[in-house]
Amino acid sequence: MRILAAMSGGVDSAVAAARAVDEGHEVVGVHLALSRMPGTLRTGSRGCCTIEDSMDARRVAGQLEIPFYVWDFSERFRADVVDNFIDEYRHGRTPNPCLRCNEKIKFEAVLDRAMALGFDKVVTGHYASVREGVDGSPELYRSADWAKDQSYVLGVLTSEQLRHCYFPLGDTPSKQEVRDEAARRGFSVASKPDSHDICFIPDGDTKGFLDDKLGQSAGDIVDREGNTLGAHTGTHGYTIGQRKGLQIGYPSEDGKPRYVLEIRPVSNEVVVGPKEALDTIELSGSVMSFAGADPIAAEMTTGSYATDGSISHTQAFECEVQVRAHGNPEAASAQIVEGRLVVRFVDPISGVAPGQSAVVYVGSRVLGQVTIDHTVSADRGSLARA
Amino acid sequence: MAIYLDYAATCPMPEEVQAEYAKALRLVGNPSSIHQAGQQSRNLIENARAVIAGYVGVEPMEVSFTSGGTESINTWIKGRVFAHRRLHPGQEVFIALTRAEHHATLDAVEWLEDNGFATPLWIDVDSDAVMDLDHLDAQLHSVPAGSVAGLTTLVANNEVGSLQPLVEIAQVAERHGVSVHLDAVQGFGSIPLSISELGVDALSVSAHKLGGPVGVGALVVSRSAAPIDSLIHGGGQQVSRSGTLDAAGAVAFAHAATIAFGISAEERDDKRGLRDALIHGLSAIEGVTLRGSSSRLDNNVHITLEGASGEVALYLLDAEGIYVSTGSACQAGVAESSHVVLAMGLGDQAARSALRFTLGLQTTEEDISHVIDVFPSVLERARAAGYPS
Repeated sequence: MRILAAMSGGVDSAVAAARAVDEGHEVVGVHLALSRMPGTLRTGSRGCCTIEDSMDARRVAGQLEIPFYVWDFSERFRADVVDNFIDEYRHGRTPNPCLRCNEKIKFEAVLDRAMALGFDKVVTGHYASVREGVDGSPELYRSADWAKDQSYVLGVLTSEQLRHCYFPLGDTPSKQEVRDEAARRGFSVASKPDSHDICFIPDGDTKGFLDDKLGQSAGDIVDREGNTLGAHTGTHGYTIGQRKGLQIGYPSEDGKPRYVLEIRPVSNEVVVGPKEALDTIELSGSVMSFAGADPIAAEMTTGSYATDGSISHTQAFECEVQVRAHGNPEAASAQIVEGRLVVRFVDPISGVAPGQSAVVYVGSRVLGQVTIDHTVSADRGSLARA
Repeated sequence: MAIYLDYAATCPMPEEVQAEYAKALRLVGNPSSIHQAGQQSRNLIENARAVIAGYVGVEPMEVSFTSGGTESINTWIKGRVFAHRRLHPGQEVFIALTRAEHHATLDAVEWLEDNGFATPLWIDVDSDAVMDLDHLDAQLHSVPAGSVAGLTTLVANNEVGSLQPLVEIAQVAERHGVSVHLDAVQGFGSIPLSISELGVDALSVSAHKLGGPVGVGALVVSRSAAPIDSLIHGGGQQVSRSGTLDAAGAVAFAHAATIAFGISAEERDDKRGLRDALIHGLSAIEGVTLRGSSSRLDNNVHITLEGASGEVALYLLDAEGIYVSTGSACQAGVAESSHVVLAMGLGDQAARSALRFTLGLQTTEEDISHVIDVFPSVLERARAAGYPS
């Protein structure tokens, strides 16, 4: 097959490209220039896509004797990922830029271009696996290494996208093995640190970044009864479930810590309350996608379709749901009701923010995901309709 | 079966030049040493210097070997401005140029501007990237007399190939008393460039654009020219530049130049014929537009593509073993959209769809036919891939 290897300059994508070459495919390496003003030198484990990173990727491609190009998708990245990130915060929601990048850039913009240039698949160093489902359509699965599993950020991919994805690292038992393999292959990136945090905020100061982009607009911190408890300097400095940095200045009546429950961008308020109020028993949304066969086609449940082909209703079915990239999979039951995916947890979970993705797992298969727009808390009923 | 059509980027080194280079490398002696070992190396480089001087109509003393075109250009531009500032303290200093110049020029001027040393005086180019002489005159009139440190111009645009009206440019500059430098990195070897005949002050050339080694070039400054300061100080081995003389490199440069200048008129005609065949074949394809003046470099073909990205076409051609260019690439290796095409007023889409083919000594008729054969399919696939956003 003709395979395009997306090479970030990190060890995972280096080994993934190497394995594709070993398997006898015709591989071409590509480094994505996503930053408008790339730094020249890498600064530790923060940030990504500096010129040094592209040189690292180029060297690995040279060792693999495959052609290597640098593709500039910085404008698309700015529009689809960075601007989306800022916009979500502006609306009081919590975005997940890595998911958005996979959805719009790596497995859309890049994939589209790769297909147009005659490639069959795109290979990356993501820890996840694609396997064939019963009906022959591709399905997404967790990786063998639980700690490194990245299926959450890939949960937004569709069948059509998965058809053209290849994740060779999915079945490798551990990241250490990947590093060892890189060392055996003579890649200098074998010991390169993994990048953390958000790649376009290299100093890790998300609040500072948002202050700069959104400005600081002071408003009130209130409790659920509407009493003003204090002041904030910008709603984007807060996220649901946050306990630290509230700066209210005096303890609550019962002495217990307060948590951010809701962000209201229209009234510019941050609502705080006790931990129990954070406990979410249900979440739902209408924007969803399935990474492979949908639950009816996969015979996980019964239901019916609407005229546009989307699912309108299903019976409830058991699953596990993750609301964060490295969060715990929580036992739940899922159901589609009037075109909305509704998830009810067995035990309440805390810190669920509208705008995040809830990724639904059945066993180790990623069924799909839904963008959360509504949550129901254990003690109070509906809260935070975004 | 690769077809190399990026001679403007660099050229293969002819076997003879490799042989002379290797031979010179075996000699031990710093050309500046007084003893006979040094004198031997010194003779080699002085012979080479005389050869280069002969091709630009100057005396050997007026030629300084440098590390290449970029150093030569930087030295003249910055050195001229620094000298001018020293001689005329306290006044605003201008440097005249077009926006279609090479990055070695543009970036050096940008640096001077950012650091308060000089103000660029921009001269318009037309839609063929040819300098607008009326605008040159007007711009030179618009600033105080004696405030322009110099004018630098390409002898031919390195991207679209258009030959510049050098005689006329020099005349206008002379009327205003402005020193002129020619960026002859592309064109040395195919365009007659006698400094005295043209009436200019200085000229920069590069060895590897002719088949010499990378890392060798020359800056030619006429003895009667407005003075320039050196950028590289040290042992004072040469008039405009210090540093151990690279005898072997200079020998290879001179040899490559001799081969280039020695090409017979028939052979030149044949080469132009190949260029014209490529122009004809590509222009006939729907959606392909030839850019640049009909008065162009012997080996240059430059086109823009309708509805397709030049970068994508480059990848597709690369996959077919055909090596071309879109213009410049940045440090990261991203193919950039052409600033020359933008300066020509052709718009952003055109600037992103530019493709440059430059032919050379090893290019054959079969190469050209093959490119013409595969290009329609390349264009179709490039269109399907769309523009990068």
